[in-house]
Amino acid sequence: MARPDRTPLLELRGIRKRFGAVQALYDVDFEVYAGEVVGLVGDNGAGKSSLIKAVAGIYATDSGEVHFEGRQVTIGGPNDTARLGISTVYQDLALCDNLDVVANLFLGREVVRPVIPGLVAALDEVTMEQRAIQVLRDLSVQIPSVRTPIASLSGGQRQSVAVARSVMWNSKVVLLDEPTAALGVAQTRQVLDLIKRLRAQGLGVVVISHNLADVFEVCDRIVVLRLGRRAGNFDARAASREQIVAAITGAEFGTPAPAGAA
Amino acid sequence: MSAIAGDPRLIADRPGLAGTLEGVWRRVSQGEIGSLPVVAALILIAIVFQSLNPNFLTPRNLTNLVLQIAAMGTISVGVVLVLLLGEIDLSVGAVSGLCAAVMAVLNVKAGLPGALAVGVGVLAGAGIGLLQGVWITRFRVPSFVVTLAGLLGWQGLLLWVLGDTGTVNLTDPAITNLAGIFLGPRLGWFVGLAAVAVFLASLSRARRRRVAAGLGVGTTGALVARIVLVGGGILLAIAVLDAGRGVPLAMLILLGFVVAFDWVTTRTGWGRHVFAVGGNAEAARRAGVAVDRVRVLVFTLSATLAACGGILAASRLLAVNQSSGSGDVVLNAIAAAVIGGTSLFGGRGTIWSALLGALVIGSISNGMDLLALASSVKFMITGGVLLAAVTIDAVSRRGRQAAGRA
Repeated sequence: MARPDRTPLLELRGIRKRFGAVQALYDVDFEVYAGEVVGLVGDNGAGKSSLIKAVAGIYATDSGEVHFEGRQVTIGGPNDTARLGISTVYQDLALCDNLDVVANLFLGREVVRPVIPGLVAALDEVTMEQRAIQVLRDLSVQIPSVRTPIASLSGGQRQSVAVARSVMWNSKVVLLDEPTAALGVAQTRQVLDLIKRLRAQGLGVVVISHNLADVFEVCDRIVVLRLGRRAGNFDARAASREQIVAAITGAEFGTPAPAGAA
Repeated sequence: MSAIAGDPRLIADRPGLAGTLEGVWRRVSQGEIGSLPVVAALILIAIVFQSLNPNFLTPRNLTNLVLQIAAMGTISVGVVLVLLLGEIDLSVGAVSGLCAAVMAVLNVKAGLPGALAVGVGVLAGAGIGLLQGVWITRFRVPSFVVTLAGLLGWQGLLLWVLGDTGTVNLTDPAITNLAGIFLGPRLGWFVGLAAVAVFLASLSRARRRRVAAGLGVGTTGALVARIVLVGGGILLAIAVLDAGRGVPLAMLILLGFVVAFDWVTTRTGWGRHVFAVGGNAEAARRAGVAVDRVRVLVFTLSATLAACGGILAASRLLAVNQSSGSGDVVLNAIAAAVIGGTSLFGGRGTIWSALLGALVIGSISNGMDLLALASSVKFMITGGVLLAAVTIDAVSRRGRQAAGRA
């Protein structure tokens, strides 16, 4: 739900990005509030990925402003976004199949305890395992055991682990790239429930998806990109599927339902 | 195993010995075979050679076997590290020869004290590994090519270092003692019992911490089996070696490397990163792992361990010559790692596979020597064993994929 009376958690203004002759993003505004799920939809090449990558710090933008919690910030690289509390879960999930769930959750941020202080430190498996169990329980993620290698988890479980990893380090905004693509019915349900729990915990969630049924199910607001421009901003409860499709394809179909922060 | 609400589809091990065995069988049939084939192979090899020649399992021959594999096993520890990354190091043989030659020339021709010469030889290995690692990561040249060039180049440098002499004989006890002395019975048993005590203490400490934290622990049956196998194995080995000439220092050096690097790879953050890079380098990079630094250090360690192995080999041979580190040294070291169960595809394996694989290759070669077989036969049989080991790796990988564990 858009709440014009509050400051957005993350706000982009007039983002432009050009790749050679292609204007991938043209004056795009985007915002996400705390406790809100925003769907970012659009046809292939509409600029969804470019926008996400700009926010994630992978591409530098040509112009535009980024505000985080009301302050203007510059995003120079992935580390800047991580420091702000913005995390991204890409479609490939970036998990190590040969390592177990605990190792993946803590990869690159392992908890260690000194063996010889100042010189040698060993992994503190007990602390990491406890913390992993806690995080997964808070998000109601069902997996057989936190010591299962990622390779033996289902697609939905893997997605859940990837999401859990992205939010367990005090993230405030999570960007999910096609979180339900390639998932079965039950697994999609798991992931959608997980997204709702993230919202309940007060996070701002951005979901890129091609699946309008999923988008309508979890999102409060739907932003449509078309040919690099923002083609619509809909209240998910008031908008119809036809309106969204029309905005995606550029067909004239009725008038967009106004949403407060448009 | 964990306190997470049980998933009804999850198959948990039933308590008791039968349950433990059942669990082991299920994992094996899904391709989680670990070191099982190599242990089975060792038992089979022992039975076959013992029945063909009753001298095979005598303390004297087993002591010989240990001395024969010390160098190969040490080099293979480094190879395991490289394989865990999913890379390869073909230069370990040439590096082992070159560093031994550096040591020998410094000691014999330049008159450097033995210990110092050994130190410089090891450092030379580290330097070579650093160079190769930086080359691989900086210019993105495949490790296969860089270390193949190394194989040729370091071999050439070895000939140059040895000069016209060709062979340098070693007499300095600081060097020859490495593979030449044995611990007396009292010291041998002390070391063995200390090892068992440390093993028990670390097991019980880990278990207490997990129980205190409310985390699951393995079944008692599995724990007892582990204690009996490891503790019994250590004590039996010492008893057998004492009946011969005592515990060789070279074996302790090899075991020291194995235990140390096993600890580093399984218990430290850096070791975790090695597995992560081998499993999915891109994921590791995005998680903030300094992937290139991990790679460079692994190649540095690999060449350093190769240097240590080369020095052990020189110490046993009492000489360094133009063929040091050439021939089948590199192939045996890589074969040992793979036979021991470390995957060529990266991310899977343990340091112990270096020791187990070296034992397999060493005992086959030793047994065939006892039977006075021609080297033509030895090469073919060793080749067959290597092929079998890699096939088992590839097939079990398929099994894991079918069982959703790859």
